[in-house]
Amino acid sequence: MTTRHAYWKANKRTMLFLLAIWAVVSYGCSMVWADSLNAIMFGGFPLGFWFAQQGSIYIFVLLILAYFLIMERLDKQFDVHE
Amino acid sequence: MSIMTWTYIMVGGSFALYLGIAWASRVRDTKGFYVAGGGVPPLANGLATAADWMSAASFISMAGMISFMGFSGGTYLMGWTGGYVLLALLLAPYLRKFGKFTVPDFVGDRYYSTTARIVALVCAIFVSLTYVAGQMRGVGIVFSRFLEVDVNTGVIIGMIIVFFYASLGGMKGITWTQVAQYLVLIVAFLVPAVAISLKITGIPLPQLGFGARIAEGPDAGIYFLQALDAIVTDLGFTPYTQASSGMALVNMVAITTCLMVGTAGLPHVIIRFYTVPTVRAARLSAFYALLFIAILYTAAPAVGAFARYNMIRSVHGATYANVPSWFKNWERTGLIAWYDKNGDGVIQYAKGQAIQGKPVFTGQTGPHGQRLVSNKAADGPNELFVDNDIMVLANPEIANLPAWVIALVAAGGLAAALSTASGLLLVIASAISHDLYYRVLNPRASEKSRLTVGRIMIGLAVLVAGYFGINPPGFVAQVVALAFGLAASSFFPIIVLGVFWKRATREGAITGMVCGIGLTLLYIIQVKFLGMQPWLFGLAPEGVGIIGMFLNFAITIGVSLATPPPPEAVQELVEHVRIPRGAGAAIDH
Repeated sequence: MTTRHAYWKANKRTMLFLLAIWAVVSYGCSMVWADSLNAIMFGGFPLGFWFAQQGSIYIFVLLILAYFLIMERLDKQFDVHE
Repeated sequence: MSIMTWTYIMVGGSFALYLGIAWASRVRDTKGFYVAGGGVPPLANGLATAADWMSAASFISMAGMISFMGFSGGTYLMGWTGGYVLLALLLAPYLRKFGKFTVPDFVGDRYYSTTARIVALVCAIFVSLTYVAGQMRGVGIVFSRFLEVDVNTGVIIGMIIVFFYASLGGMKGITWTQVAQYLVLIVAFLVPAVAISLKITGIPLPQLGFGARIAEGPDAGIYFLQALDAIVTDLGFTPYTQASSGMALVNMVAITTCLMVGTAGLPHVIIRFYTVPTVRAARLSAFYALLFIAILYTAAPAVGAFARYNMIRSVHGATYANVPSWFKNWERTGLIAWYDKNGDGVIQYAKGQAIQGKPVFTGQTGPHGQRLVSNKAADGPNELFVDNDIMVLANPEIANLPAWVIALVAAGGLAAALSTASGLLLVIASAISHDLYYRVLNPRASEKSRLTVGRIMIGLAVLVAGYFGINPPGFVAQVVALAFGLAASSFFPIIVLGVFWKRATREGAITGMVCGIGLTLLYIIQVKFLGMQPWLFGLAPEGVGIIGMFLNFAITIGVSLATPPPPEAVQELVEHVRIPRGAGAAIDH
């Protein structure tokens, strides 16, 4: 029972950490701060615009990959894998 | 060979492929029919989910919408991809572990209530039906534009194809045709995208070309986006890359959130995660799905920006006599119209409407050979009406690509519309045949009769979808976007609470769902159709789902705390779905 609770806690921590990045990238970099970030050029892209139309999507893909990899480790560590 | 011949070959060939796949994957049991037997490999499920997800709107309309919206087009790009993060982290693994057939299955079992199951199945039908009507219309429109058949004939051809492969193979047939449809649509989208990027910047990858310097012409050597900003500013628009502020920013936040949460709550996407063998496979296929979606979604904004630049550079200030041939080709289809306000024979493009409403052609031609419209001129200097869809549809011609590429775009648009339609039809059919008929009305129904009812329901759903495709209620186009608000305010909160909060009760979930979707629906109907003033300083109806979602969360939590906790067995079920081990067994019940 305790392993299960520890597993669930670790899972929730991972999830909240990744969702925090998700929120900062989509609401912060791509919307609220976009105007200030646009003053910075990233190659030929104003940075805020790049986040809103390119960067956020790449980061979303990486977040799901990170979740998959971290959970695979946690599953084994807590011996709940299939 | 002519464009038409190529189109018949491409469309006919792709249809034959789908039918062949369907025949090879026909099924004989309900597990195959509803969840493809539960043995789809993660990579295949990722491909199928991507095709399921990307509809006619993503393929044909999105790049065009972005090209006219500029920065705030990010709303759609992020809204329709960011939802997968929520789906992968909050829903997919747990629903896979739960492992039954439909979304109402989860709601009914988790909330130990037939009423909850029925409320959920009504919500599922409602969300999916609004969405599928738009897809059938999309099939008809692609047919009429590329093959010059009547829109209604196109809808009927689409209905027959979808009925055949969905009823024969159920989820299994749908899954494997969607894999093929993804490949068709992504190639069809990327070939013109790469060509236009090469043409303007000399860099083949549109995602990079978008941020590179222009290779030739009057703006050679300047960063593409800087040149585009300067050009649109000259014509009176706000700069293309300028960030939103004020109420526009508030609406961007609201609509993006609504699309993200709605994506995670759409039943036709959720059920794809029942088809994989393990919890690990569900997590992995969520990654593959977003990866494959991202290939199109990162190319689309580049296509939109390139097309906007190309259109302005080649048309604005040109005499009608000298415009490129694609302009006249698409004028013939009514997607472009030119109203020569000052009678100088030169096309002027600027901010604002050219004419009032959509063009109505008189059948006569003007002094320069342009098709005349009977619409009244709108105020302002703009003389050019351009339909958003042109940005994708005319792209191959603008980039001077051969006829077979244009035909490929037609096949790609059809693949996008058909793959989404088939996923939605299965949700509607399973809500009635599995959740209502088998789980509520006749729990002792035999395997064979359940399968027969499932097939009949696919047939009925196709007929209803086709009816709406042929007689679209005037508001269909708007309603499709609103399906997200309905999904966000009904399913998402109660599934998340169902997994993460053992204390959530059936009374809470039922009142939460009813109030959430009820508020969203009422607000949309009142603002869109009854002329009510928007609340909260002008919150767009597309963004109201976020308020419905919070209301659903608040009511579910409040009512749950005021009612007795769920029975022991349900709390054990929640414990059970949180642990990956044992998922393989869970599906056999």
